[in-house]
Amino acid sequence: MSLSVKHLLGIKELQQQDIETIFKTADNFKQVLQRPIKKVPALRDTTIANIFFENSTRTRTSFELAEKRLGADVVNFSASASSVSKGETLIDTVNNILAMKVDMVVMRHAASGAPWFLAQHIDASIINAGDGVNEHPTQGLLDAFSMREKFGDLSGKTVAIVGDIMHSRVAMSNIYCLQKLGAKVIVSGPPTLIPKHIESMGVSVEYSVKKALQQCDIANILRIQLERQQKPLFSSLREYALFYGVNKQMLDSLNKEILILHPGPINRGVEIDSDVADGKHSVILDQVENGVAIRMAVVYLLSGNREMPE
Amino acid sequence: MKTLLDQAQLQITLHRLAHQLVESHLDFSDSVIIGMQPRGILFSDRIVALLQQITGNAKIAYGRLDITFYRDDLDKGGALQTPAQTDINFSVEDKRVILIDDVLHTGRTIRAAMDALLDFGRPKEVELMALIDRRFSRELPIQPDYVGLSVDTLFEQKVKVYWKEKEANDEVVLVD
Repeated sequence: MSLSVKHLLGIKELQQQDIETIFKTADNFKQVLQRPIKKVPALRDTTIANIFFENSTRTRTSFELAEKRLGADVVNFSASASSVSKGETLIDTVNNILAMKVDMVVMRHAASGAPWFLAQHIDASIINAGDGVNEHPTQGLLDAFSMREKFGDLSGKTVAIVGDIMHSRVAMSNIYCLQKLGAKVIVSGPPTLIPKHIESMGVSVEYSVKKALQQCDIANILRIQLERQQKPLFSSLREYALFYGVNKQMLDSLNKEILILHPGPINRGVEIDSDVADGKHSVILDQVENGVAIRMAVVYLLSGNREMPE
Repeated sequence: MKTLLDQAQLQITLHRLAHQLVESHLDFSDSVIIGMQPRGILFSDRIVALLQQITGNAKIAYGRLDITFYRDDLDKGGALQTPAQTDINFSVEDKRVILIDDVLHTGRTIRAAMDALLDFGRPKEVELMALIDRRFSRELPIQPDYVGLSVDTLFEQKVKVYWKEKEANDEVVLVD
């Protein structure tokens, strides 16, 4: 049992079998997390560096917990406190960290493709914790894992991804992951936030959020990423909330129940209302819980690919 | 290939082991049984069924333990094993635990099992039952309390335990 890849750079490169293996392993780790002692010694000889060139609290905490619960040693490194601000290159920074005998790197970077670039130049396994607007594979996996937990097999199910598709690496990883598991994906949001030609990925586009929700079993509602928008793409948050925000009234008018996900952080009252986010169909906190189990599974499975000293 | 125990002999051994357990644990009110995944549970399933018959206690605490994440050879480049279900839905705190596995070989699985078990609480005592004890292959100071059959084997040989629930019939064989 191991993955077909040495690094987890994106879900695009995974086989369906890999996703199933990760889910099956995560099921086991989820069980470990419910024990009085939420820790196993599987990786007690492994050191992992979490290198975050972009801000993150949730993902970094989740990775750190996952690593510690596998018994690994963890070093954290963030760009603001590093020599990156003194002009060091990415490869030099990472090689310096690896010279301290680190076995695995978890990296978030603002530039799309940064982990691929790094993978060509270093030997350690790399886990992409988000690169620019490209992919955020562990989020895609944990979203699909949370959906599978409620629905079982996802093949034949329809998932709507609602909101800022353009700036969302979560949307990309979700689309790849869900399609590999046989689900149908609809993207929905204002035309300015949906990339042109996204249909070529095999998804359908529905500009009306309500119509998208009517067709789906599951809705993954994404955050409006104001920090990535260099020019105004909609006139105001109030207008966005009015036309594209998901509220209880809209859900009640559907005459069916759909599962609600949100990768966080939530802008309450913008893309999602509090009574939806905290409602009984929301699995937002399950997603956070599953995140640790999924990341434990990924780290554990990739550690099996390590090259051993003779 | 040599047969160590055939169906009839295995049946007698299972009964003897079950009675030995009853002798020291009486009604199992203070004892719990933990079978080792993946193959040990086929053996422990049988033992528990016999214990229920003998004691009339249908509520003997019985769990299954998977030790994949506790192995000590993960860094030796070996292939990762598929973890099986761990299912212990009772407390082992202050209980008399009986660990059950089919073949006791190097003792490393039991070392890992004891580590895993202690993550569930602090048992009063831990005993070990093995159907087959390959007694001269031990790499750690671990000895069984209840033994079906002790065999002297070479390290390269393999002991296979077959159960009719999974394979054709009940049988223990030694493979060269």
